[in-house]
Amino acid sequence: MQAFASSLVSVLFHGIAYGMILYVISVGLSVTMGLMGFVNLAHGVFAMAGGLLLSTAMAKYAVPFPLALLLAFVVVALGSVVLERLLYSKLYSAGELAQVLFTMGLIFISIAIARQLYGTQAAPVFLPDYLKGQINILGRDFPAFRVVLIFISAIIVVTLWFGVERTRWGAMVRAAVDNRDMAQSVGINTNRLFMVTFALGSGLAGLGGALGSDILPVQSTYPLENLVYFMIVVAVGGLGSLSGPFIAALMIGIADTATKYWFPELGAFLIYAATIGLLLWRPQGLFGVRS
Amino acid sequence: MGHSFLRKSLAVAAAVGILTGAASAQTIKIGVVNTFSGPQASFGEMIDRAFRLYIKLNSDKLPPGVKIEIINRDDGGANPDKAKQLAQELIVRDKIDFLSGITFTPNGMAIAPIATQAKMPTVLVNAGTSVVVTRSPYYVRTSFTIFQHCVPLGTWAAKSLKKTFILVSDYAPGHDCEEAYSSSYKPAGGEIVGVIRAPVATADFAPFLQRVKDAKPDALMVFLPAGRTATAMMKSFVDLGLKSSGIKLIGTGDIAPEEELPNMGDEAIGTISMFHYSAAGDRPANKAFVAAWRKEYGEKATPNFAAASSWDGMAMMFDAIIKQNGKLNPDKSIEIMSHFKTDNSPRGTIYIDPETRDIVQNEYLRETRRVNGELQNVEIETAAVAIKDPWQAMQKAKK
Repeated sequence: MQAFASSLVSVLFHGIAYGMILYVISVGLSVTMGLMGFVNLAHGVFAMAGGLLLSTAMAKYAVPFPLALLLAFVVVALGSVVLERLLYSKLYSAGELAQVLFTMGLIFISIAIARQLYGTQAAPVFLPDYLKGQINILGRDFPAFRVVLIFISAIIVVTLWFGVERTRWGAMVRAAVDNRDMAQSVGINTNRLFMVTFALGSGLAGLGGALGSDILPVQSTYPLENLVYFMIVVAVGGLGSLSGPFIAALMIGIADTATKYWFPELGAFLIYAATIGLLLWRPQGLFGVRS
Repeated sequence: MGHSFLRKSLAVAAAVGILTGAASAQTIKIGVVNTFSGPQASFGEMIDRAFRLYIKLNSDKLPPGVKIEIINRDDGGANPDKAKQLAQELIVRDKIDFLSGITFTPNGMAIAPIATQAKMPTVLVNAGTSVVVTRSPYYVRTSFTIFQHCVPLGTWAAKSLKKTFILVSDYAPGHDCEEAYSSSYKPAGGEIVGVIRAPVATADFAPFLQRVKDAKPDALMVFLPAGRTATAMMKSFVDLGLKSSGIKLIGTGDIAPEEELPNMGDEAIGTISMFHYSAAGDRPANKAFVAAWRKEYGEKATPNFAAASSWDGMAMMFDAIIKQNGKLNPDKSIEIMSHFKTDNSPRGTIYIDPETRDIVQNEYLRETRRVNGELQNVEIETAAVAIKDPWQAMQKAKK
């Protein structure tokens, strides 16, 4: 019994760490899809870019870890604005098929570029000594970096909720998600709103990719390999919602970890079966604003 | 007289011209089905670099006028249909004299019937599942088999590590290693306290390793495809405290590949691996090989096991070309290559077992250490001398 309780704690801990990272990366995708109805499959590219930036900044320029995280967020957010203005904005009125094809193309281009610049191996991330080793909490050892990772993600989640639920900008985003035409007609510049939201979402993906490089190793095929997980978070959680993807990400993280721990042979399969079942039951996701 | 002299010299000149013309027209084509794109693209570069370096340094040994041409094709990874189609095109359209490469077992399985039908001497320089070489009488392998690594590893581990937890990737080579390790470890008194077959695409090993930690074994035996998963596994192994709790990490060379060691950092120190090649090996032939490699491709470049197999594979094809004086007959080529033997491989003495057309080589026990600031897999013991593929022997014993 005690052994079971102890393994339960491990599963919850690693599941939450994984879920948090999935959430930080995917939340931007949920909001942009809910807000503009834009199917951005290339969202993982921003996460990969964040991870590669962190690796390069730390390995080549000896940037300290916290600063490199911040750098990943800022550079990816700014870079995404350039992409949004140059490419994405041309396809807002296009059909979903065109958007899917375009963003798939972006994924393949980014994979080729990443392979040229970084090769096929995972980008090395050397954590500072204070993040290595174990932390003892209530008589149990936990890997220090994952404790910090959960902590930082929690701060991001709380800040994000505060921003969306309590600020004027958040009210505008929520209004535009609920009814874009109406929001526009009462004087909200939805184009600019989208640009800012897009940058923020992409920046968070970059931050998540950098922060999570320990759990999801960053290498050239990253955007394609992890696409399914990001999409599941958004589809199960529901488009345009903040809390839905959060619950979904935690569920996926914990369920994935639990199956790996107790039923490793089924690990890759159960998560998809659960997703299919859930979507049959609620096609709009758990908390979806739109289906 | 002047006239006839002139005529004679013209005739001689013409004859010489025809002869040299004929000789220089002889180009021997080697078709290579290799992996240059996708997640395993690093194989393509290693194999191609080894081939080209060998040709560059040894082309003076070829019969006069004979030239080698490499024709590369990209299969993009374990992709049997594509590999089969590429091999077919190389044979029919490009009229190659040898086929080589074959990075992955499924590709080798798919190409085998074509190689047999076309009587195409084929040199496998990477695919490592035991059965693949039996699929065509025109297959010769210079790489390795999983059983060659994992059987001696089990024998060695049983001496001091009484309880092992096994973690393997859930695909054929992983199952091979699990079976091979158990086959020598259990009869020698070792106990296997748990087995996990993890999905090949696993990115985060923490949940698996947590279970290993809770089982408190003496050793964790790991088989993973070489490449990025190894680094993730190594980091989790240390982060979760398995290393500090005294569990010994052992496995095939794939858990500590040379090109990944810089990314792993000091976490990798102390890892025990069983393999047929280490760039740190102190045989003179290996030192010359590594030096030539670095001279050609830069000081930071390091050849890996696929490079060593390809180097030897090219040496074997050269041997067949030289012994037939450039006039190639497929059956003769296979006959010569099946008896290939050299003491000058970077791996030490190697030879081909004429009966199975499979590689016979030494297996080295290595420990990852930091030597002169560089992480290396230092060979501490020759664990098996001239080991034939144990799987083939087991199959025979079953019959």
